[in-house]
Amino acid sequence: MDEIFDLMIIGGGPAGYTAALYGARAGLSVGLLEKLAPGGQMGTTDMVDNYPGFPEGVNGFELAMKMKAGAERFGAKTISAEAIALELSGDIKTLKTSRETYTARTVILATGAQPRELGLPGERELRGRGISYCATCDGMFYRGKTVAVVGGGNTAVADALYLSRICEKVYLIHRRDKLRAPQVQQQNLEKAGNVEFIWDSTVKELLSEQRLSGLIAENKHTLERRELRCDGVFVAVGQVPETGLFKGQVELDGSGYVVAGEDCRTSIPGVFAAGDLRAKPLRQIVTAASDGAVAATAAQEFLDM
Amino acid sequence: MAVLTLTKENFEVEALNSDIPVLVDFWAEWCGPCRMFSPIVDEFAEENEGRVKVGKVNVDEQPELAGQYGVMSIPTAILFKNGETASTMVGVQPKSALEELI
Repeated sequence: MDEIFDLMIIGGGPAGYTAALYGARAGLSVGLLEKLAPGGQMGTTDMVDNYPGFPEGVNGFELAMKMKAGAERFGAKTISAEAIALELSGDIKTLKTSRETYTARTVILATGAQPRELGLPGERELRGRGISYCATCDGMFYRGKTVAVVGGGNTAVADALYLSRICEKVYLIHRRDKLRAPQVQQQNLEKAGNVEFIWDSTVKELLSEQRLSGLIAENKHTLERRELRCDGVFVAVGQVPETGLFKGQVELDGSGYVVAGEDCRTSIPGVFAAGDLRAKPLRQIVTAASDGAVAATAAQEFLDM
Repeated sequence: MAVLTLTKENFEVEALNSDIPVLVDFWAEWCGPCRMFSPIVDEFAEENEGRVKVGKVNVDEQPELAGQYGVMSIPTAILFKNGETASTMVGVQPKSALEELI
């Protein structure tokens, strides 16, 4: 614990590495804690088509490595470790990992979000044996089989469309009577011919022997239960913010997102929030990067005070 | 020791008949999480040289191996000890989770 960083960032997704770039370029000493690999949710995305500057699209992990390299060019340090305990209130903040303790004058929380689980018994045990959270990763294992997609947003619809090209049949199970995704996408799904919509329904039970064999869906109006035989269930029911680590220190909203305005300031002086974990209307790579720039600038202003 | 490329031709010799534990990473080129996991596996291999052998199976090129070990989601990491599956982990794992396996 020899160095007190000007700025310590938790999380190496687009928000974290943009903050690291802006912080380091402004002359701050910057450390960034990343528990897995650069990119966060972006890193698991095969093709990113909505980040400007890449007319042919760009692989999410490649974009992550470029963002990392950009920040490191100006001296930001990546530390491959998971923060397990934080003390954020004082003038000097401490961040503990399993091996070391780091100190910093300012902290940017950029831990992002994770795919939400259905929360059903057996779900974790069946992961990799029929339950998946990544259609583009696992779709090919279900070639010619029957699968179900759960959800009604952009991810669910994109997953269902992708799977309709590979699988024999796709059920799309959504708790409402229409999709949240744009109308044109629903039309594409209808055109696919092998997608059956199960409206107003939620999954009540996962059926399995050695691996997943089906599910029970319940219609929320009629309470009628229907057993659907399928080999795979692709879960796309939104995200949950990764904010458990600082719960009780930083103010969170009812859904667990960090309360911070467009200036990214949290309820604690010197602590900022950037990216998907912040309560805000649009969660995209470009808005995460934007938060990172704003948060690093706010951190710099805080240090100059 | 470099990370081995495992195929159905060398799997028995390298993975099943190994004197030391063997960690096998099932992956594919087009799988984003696999690309995130790959450098973690490489680092783990380097740090545990001599204690653990590390190999990778490309599921596109080796669908038989993926099928044989019931891989339905990638990345999947399987630890083999004395020719038997000792542990299976699905999804991107931190290096510490790999270390805890050993």
